[in-house]
Amino acid sequence: MRRAGTLVIGALVGLLALWLLWVLRDALVPTPRLAELALRELSNTGVSNPVTGVLLAYRAYDTLLELAVLLAALLGIWSLGAASPGFQPAGTVLRGMVKLVVPLLILTGGYLLWVGGHAPGGAFQAGALLGAAGVVLRLAGDARAGLPPVPVQRRLVVAGAGVFVLVGLATMAFGTGFLSYPHAWSKWLILTIETAATLAIGVTLAAAYVGGQPQPPSDTDGPS
Amino acid sequence: MMTSLLYGGTGVILFALGLWAFLVYEPLLRKLIALNIMGSGVFHLLIAIAERGALPPDPVPHAMVLTGIVVAVSATALALAMGRRLEDDDDAG
Repeated sequence: MRRAGTLVIGALVGLLALWLLWVLRDALVPTPRLAELALRELSNTGVSNPVTGVLLAYRAYDTLLELAVLLAALLGIWSLGAASPGFQPAGTVLRGMVKLVVPLLILTGGYLLWVGGHAPGGAFQAGALLGAAGVVLRLAGDARAGLPPVPVQRRLVVAGAGVFVLVGLATMAFGTGFLSYPHAWSKWLILTIETAATLAIGVTLAAAYVGGQPQPPSDTDGPS
Repeated sequence: MMTSLLYGGTGVILFALGLWAFLVYEPLLRKLIALNIMGSGVFHLLIAIAERGALPPDPVPHAMVLTGIVVAVSATALALAMGRRLEDDDDAG
């Protein structure tokens, strides 16, 4: 009976896949798209990388809410209990590799953040590299994945969405509307948001890998 | 066209494989991996659809994939933390 159910599900999923392939074949013909509009207006955004333009100018709302999703996920992880104690301290060879790789990851993250304005790169790639540096550190035995103390972690995690909202409110106050950057300031506002987002994404991913409420040895400075 | 079809088709197949595994297998971890494979299939599909004809690739799906990857990673982390907590409670009870 169970086996028959598996077969039926397999057949149905196979049919769905065939239908999707059929739709895909029809969808791949060149049709009018958003791309032309996006590329034409790119010079007004202050960045010359179209993907960054979409992320932080045209659809900045989406990116803001996405940072909020990251924050919510981390809050969920933190509320599920304490983190496991971590791994054994690394041996000599692994420690040597970590010493080499982690600064390189941070450096590459900074480079990707800057280059995101005019070439492939940006806050998400840079943040992912910072998160990867945290994962490497945790695997090599650092129980806190190289993250700063808990109060600083909290501030950094909120920084991404926080700076985004502050910039939005500031543009509102100057009369251009929520997250509509004035042309002259556009590049620097985007860079500010991206820097905060990079730090927040990196810290969030590393803290998510730690996998629970961090337990500092002397957390007596208030309720956690 | 052919490259896009191949790439997007791979995405569709990955999606179908993930959906099948998600529906058929019981353990939480397998369901989670299946969900991630489904997600990868959708990302493949979006990237394939971004490039149609001789026009420059559409940046909008690219941006969606970029944000999607990060959201998928954090959602997976949350699900793993929840799964571990469930197991801990099972052990205790």
